[in-house]
Amino acid sequence: MPGWQGQLIKIDDYRWQIPQSYKSGMRVPGLIYATQKMLESIREDQTPEQVANVAFLPGIVKFSFAMPDIHWGYGFPIGGVAAMDIKNGVISPGGVGYDINCGVRLLCTNLREAEVRPKIHQLIGELFQNVPSGLGSEGKIKVSRKEMEQLMVEGSRWAVRRGMGLKEDLDVTEEGGCMEGADPNKISDKAVKRGMPQAGTLGSGNHFLEVQVVKEIFAPEIASVMGINEIGQILVLIHTGSRGFGHQVCTDHLRGMEEAASKYEIKLPDRQLACAPIESQEGKDYLAAMACAANYAWNNRQCIAHWARESFSKVFSKSPQELGMKQIYDVTHNIAKMEQHLIDGQKLKVCVHRKGATRAFPAGHKDIPQCYKEIGQPVLIPGDMGRCSFIAVGTEKAMEESFGSTCHGAGRVLSRGAAKRALKGKDVLRELQARGITVKTGSIPELAEEASLAYKDVTEVIDVVHQAGISKKVAMAVPLGVIKG
Amino acid sequence: MRLRSLFRAQARKYTLSNDIGKMMKRAFEIIDHTADVGIIVYGADARQLFSNAALALFSLITDTESIEEKLQHALEISSQDRDSLLVEWLNELIYLFDARHFLFTRFEIESLSHNQLKATCYGESFDPSRHKIKTGVKAATYHMLKVDEDSQGYKAQVIFDI
Repeated sequence: MPGWQGQLIKIDDYRWQIPQSYKSGMRVPGLIYATQKMLESIREDQTPEQVANVAFLPGIVKFSFAMPDIHWGYGFPIGGVAAMDIKNGVISPGGVGYDINCGVRLLCTNLREAEVRPKIHQLIGELFQNVPSGLGSEGKIKVSRKEMEQLMVEGSRWAVRRGMGLKEDLDVTEEGGCMEGADPNKISDKAVKRGMPQAGTLGSGNHFLEVQVVKEIFAPEIASVMGINEIGQILVLIHTGSRGFGHQVCTDHLRGMEEAASKYEIKLPDRQLACAPIESQEGKDYLAAMACAANYAWNNRQCIAHWARESFSKVFSKSPQELGMKQIYDVTHNIAKMEQHLIDGQKLKVCVHRKGATRAFPAGHKDIPQCYKEIGQPVLIPGDMGRCSFIAVGTEKAMEESFGSTCHGAGRVLSRGAAKRALKGKDVLRELQARGITVKTGSIPELAEEASLAYKDVTEVIDVVHQAGISKKVAMAVPLGVIKG
Repeated sequence: MRLRSLFRAQARKYTLSNDIGKMMKRAFEIIDHTADVGIIVYGADARQLFSNAALALFSLITDTESIEEKLQHALEISSQDRDSLLVEWLNELIYLFDARHFLFTRFEIESLSHNQLKATCYGESFDPSRHKIKTGVKAATYHMLKVDEDSQGYKAQVIFDI
């Protein structure tokens, strides 16, 4: 069965260009970061066509980028990066995704594998009880409509103000855990109603909370600045987003954007790319609503981090401070942000869409926390639950080339249905247990959807971005215990 | 990989309009999409198409046989055109499940034009002791959205974000 047959020009071992001439209407070429081997799988469906389609969007500069973890999304590919000139460019909700500010937060501990392994069942049980998860999970924090409005504006600060977390957590959260410009008036009643009961929940699907063990340190000096000092150290990784709230915000604004696209006479190769000029009312309204959803997601990860600390504290009978549970960093991988970049020697303000892609700013950049000024922004790349996750840092090369962006994870290769047909959830559970990974989930059959075979090997993905120079590998950790919604 | 190829083969086959009639006996089928899931829905007329699409959605969420008709909910939707009306209809139902926990099993489409729909949905509130949630469907998308019509009836394809 033929997949995508278009032309790809090899730039080097890790860069492939879709020429602008591939399709009439492309404003810039496409650029895919991948190895030759990965391209075979990337070409199997129409993902590269989506990279080319994104290049149609008004105001796009340089390239329509695709990270090595790209897979077929709707409109934009997942793993896509596109920057639009704010003067004449567009904002597209499809370039952010439904799960606005889906992201990852990493906590450190001073515990070692030998101390945690004997208690892992108890710890995972405690975490499972303390962190609301699963399909349609509802939070243990009850949020009134008024509080929901505050939460949308304040982000992580909302939770910190209520004693859930530390002020220092905000310093090591992208955007300080609070995106400016959030306007609850741009949020529909439906979104509020979906969002209120789900505040502070992990959700389901590919979202998780993992207790991990550091297995390899590639750059010890950089790792130690983050508090990662030795092999065997225990970390906690939280992956979740804005739940039904973000989905409703995206759905609501896609509708408006559809009308806007025809109003502003923007020709689109795919309806799901609906967009509006950044400076238009529709564009501004979406950005104000997107910021609300981003803040909701940051608050979510803040609450969950707090309950994770409480759970560790209970199991190990020490305070989170005594356990060294400081936050390493929190990144978003579904967002659009106004940033300044150097393009052809000129400073240009652009709206960078990162859909399934992570910001990767270099050392010295003004937008990264003081404590990381010398090493660069931490980049957190979760893998699937059977393999491993990586910690990296942003680089100057990323800044020059990919608007300070890199990959976000492993990337799916098998649909959820195909994974379920190939594997049984209980077999996946047994195999993980045999490998010393304790799993707790609300739905064992769903576990098959998230099995290793459904994902690309994250090691190959991180090698590409490392070799291409758009981030630098720092450490690798493997799961010891997993909570799946 | 092989399974993905099958999906492409399947999707291609059904886009041939003369296949619509042959498939009319089935109300819908579930298709795979890399990160998500989709439905192909059939209907003798547009009303049946919309009603079957709603049933397909709830069959992704739970076993629709387990839903009893204990309540009814009236809905009115308007949109830009027929294709987006289908997406909006499904998104309204997703909202009703996610925010208000309604599960529906029967849909009476009372009126339907190219951009407006009036319907009554029959079902009950989600009860964790009796309803097993299979998939957390979060949104109906415009991605690969197709609504085809020929002398034999209607066929539509919708991809959901889950």
